[in-house]
Amino acid sequence: MTDSDNIIFDTASRIFDDLSTAEVINDAEAGTWPEALWQAISESGLSLTWVPEDNGGIGATMLDGFAVLKAAGGAAVPVPLAETLFAGWLLAQAGLQVSGETVTVAVGEFSLADGKLSGSAQGVPYARNTKQIVALVETAGKVQVVQVATEQCELIEQANMAGEPADTINFNAVAVVQAGEPAEGFNGENVVAMGALIRCVQAAGALSTALELTIEYSMERVQFGRAIGKFQALQHSIAAFAGEVAAINAAADAAAEAVARAPSIDHEAWIEIATAKTRLEEAVNNGAAVAHQVHGAMGFTYEHSLHHVTRRLWSWRDEFGSDVVWARRLGEEVLSWGADELWPRITAVTDAR
Amino acid sequence: MSVTRFRFPFVEMPPEATQLRQEVREFLAQERANGGYTPMADCWAGGMSAEFSRKLGQRGWLGMTWDKKYGGHGRSFLERYVVTEEMLAAGAPVMAHWIADRQSGPQIIKNAAPEVRDAIIPRIVSGDCFCAIGMSEPGTGSDLASVSTRAEKVEGGWKVNGTKLWSTGAHGPGCDYMITLLRTSPLDTSARHKGLSQFIIDLNTPGVDVRGIADIGGQVHFNETNFEDVFVPDSHVLGEVGGGWNMVVGELALERSGPERFLSTFIVLQEAMRLLVNNPTEQTKEVLGQVVAKIKTLRRMSLGIAGLLQEGSSPEMEAALVKDMSTNFERELLEKLRRILPQNVLYSSAGLLPTLLREGVLRVPSSTLRGGTNEVLKGMIARQLGIR
Repeated sequence: MTDSDNIIFDTASRIFDDLSTAEVINDAEAGTWPEALWQAISESGLSLTWVPEDNGGIGATMLDGFAVLKAAGGAAVPVPLAETLFAGWLLAQAGLQVSGETVTVAVGEFSLADGKLSGSAQGVPYARNTKQIVALVETAGKVQVVQVATEQCELIEQANMAGEPADTINFNAVAVVQAGEPAEGFNGENVVAMGALIRCVQAAGALSTALELTIEYSMERVQFGRAIGKFQALQHSIAAFAGEVAAINAAADAAAEAVARAPSIDHEAWIEIATAKTRLEEAVNNGAAVAHQVHGAMGFTYEHSLHHVTRRLWSWRDEFGSDVVWARRLGEEVLSWGADELWPRITAVTDAR
Repeated sequence: MSVTRFRFPFVEMPPEATQLRQEVREFLAQERANGGYTPMADCWAGGMSAEFSRKLGQRGWLGMTWDKKYGGHGRSFLERYVVTEEMLAAGAPVMAHWIADRQSGPQIIKNAAPEVRDAIIPRIVSGDCFCAIGMSEPGTGSDLASVSTRAEKVEGGWKVNGTKLWSTGAHGPGCDYMITLLRTSPLDTSARHKGLSQFIIDLNTPGVDVRGIADIGGQVHFNETNFEDVFVPDSHVLGEVGGGWNMVVGELALERSGPERFLSTFIVLQEAMRLLVNNPTEQTKEVLGQVVAKIKTLRRMSLGIAGLLQEGSSPEMEAALVKDMSTNFERELLEKLRRILPQNVLYSSAGLLPTLLREGVLRVPSSTLRGGTNEVLKGMIARQLGIR
């Protein structure tokens, strides 16, 4: 994934640097909607990154969108940008209209009757801050992407470990705003996989930020007469942390590229996503632990901004299927290959198609 | 804040590399079926077969990237990557030629006198001549600049005295040369990296004594080599006298990010899979998911570095990171497999899988030592991160 020499990425980074400040992130957690930040995102067209140009999009590629999400994860942006891109992608799968206003995606058990949506979903990210909710409804013989207005739903406020909204939504025969059928074969697994990938990409950005904060702090903080980064024990911990950051970035990039290569999420892309979400476990466990260890008590305070990324990392590893659940899914897949196909399946990713 | 410090670009194999992969797979399957080799763990540092190496030479799979005018095959780094990773994944006995093909050959082409180059390179390419590395010494491991084996200037050449250690394969048949790091000027403690030079020493020269050293599994793959008044002609100095340090540093970078750093124990996983597919438990699924996720990620990184090298960058930090993680993974893979394999596999000393597992466990301590210990690598990473 290239994230340099790219006007979309540069625009996103500038907006995040200016408007996703520690104060804004803390205020958002306390319930204040960061209007200026969202307005800048919306006006720049970033929220339409994954919308096809003929559907009102800005002509960006899938990889542009992933680069934006990596930067967003790195900046801990407290708005449903990832969710709006995700929902836009899902709506586009079914050829539906996308407005660019705040939208989120609900994953759960749903049913449709007379143009009304019923069912419920837990942990719907940023639901309370969105205008619309998109869901995939799988009924016998028919798969549909549907959109409803958030204000029509029953919403129970909940949050993830980072204080990001993760609301429970009850759809009590809610009027469907628009509905459409995605391509043959598209199903709920694809939606969960895309969600998992988005979290991996955000996490790659967040863990990169945690590493930068850690390097910076280790050079500033003086103990025993020298910067703590000069102690070999810390150098080795931080070097191992850098390895985790490199690994999760490589794994997330590989999965993002596989999705970008495919028309949607094919089996190969699914395997790459399973790989990235599985690899996320150690990256987050080991990386966040070193980040906090090096920052000492200072990094354990609410005042320090390290927790903006570490709390998100601890939440994101669980969302859209935890890293461990994904490891088992990937393991099942690997077992289906058998011993003799193990290596050929590993090399197939990079071989000329 | 969003910083991308590490680059591991996606590399797509060109069609000729994919084609080559099929040829290599067919060759390996045939060799294995014919008893041409028995798969082994850590095959690149413990599987010596001059005969097998010659077969690869005949196929054109040695010296692949070297210029045709020197006797090489002029193929791409990615094609070589394909051949090496296929050999490693299959546990094929590639030790005899490994060092010559990976680093001595490129070093000789770049730095040797033309007549010496022309005498050696074609024989490496055909699989008839192998090389060893003479860097470490009894008093020199990680601290390479402390070497004390010395070369004194004499009429027409140099006289070498001292001892080199851990030279993998130096005792093997056909291992004719050791690329040897020697002190050519007295040690200057304020500039220890100066006064070192590399030599191509013919191991058949009088005064050279190679003695095998058994490892903890009883296998002899590395050596102690004594040099007593060994004469080395001037023509066999590699590059400039006094320029040995930079050459060695460059060589070590080549060593670091190849597929041999994460695939040394892969064959154990592949053979274990034959058992594990029957009635897998949740734990088995979890472990397989975790190890395959790591292999895929490490391969992505290793190949990304190959791509960067091909485009002329020198991704030193990336290479150090990948070697550190990869070599730890080689051990972790065995530890994880132990948790999910049946007890009788762990107890047994007969059969392919038990043998591979034991071999792997007994050889894997060297993974995190050779080519720069993981502690040294972490120090290099810390320096690149700017904290050291």
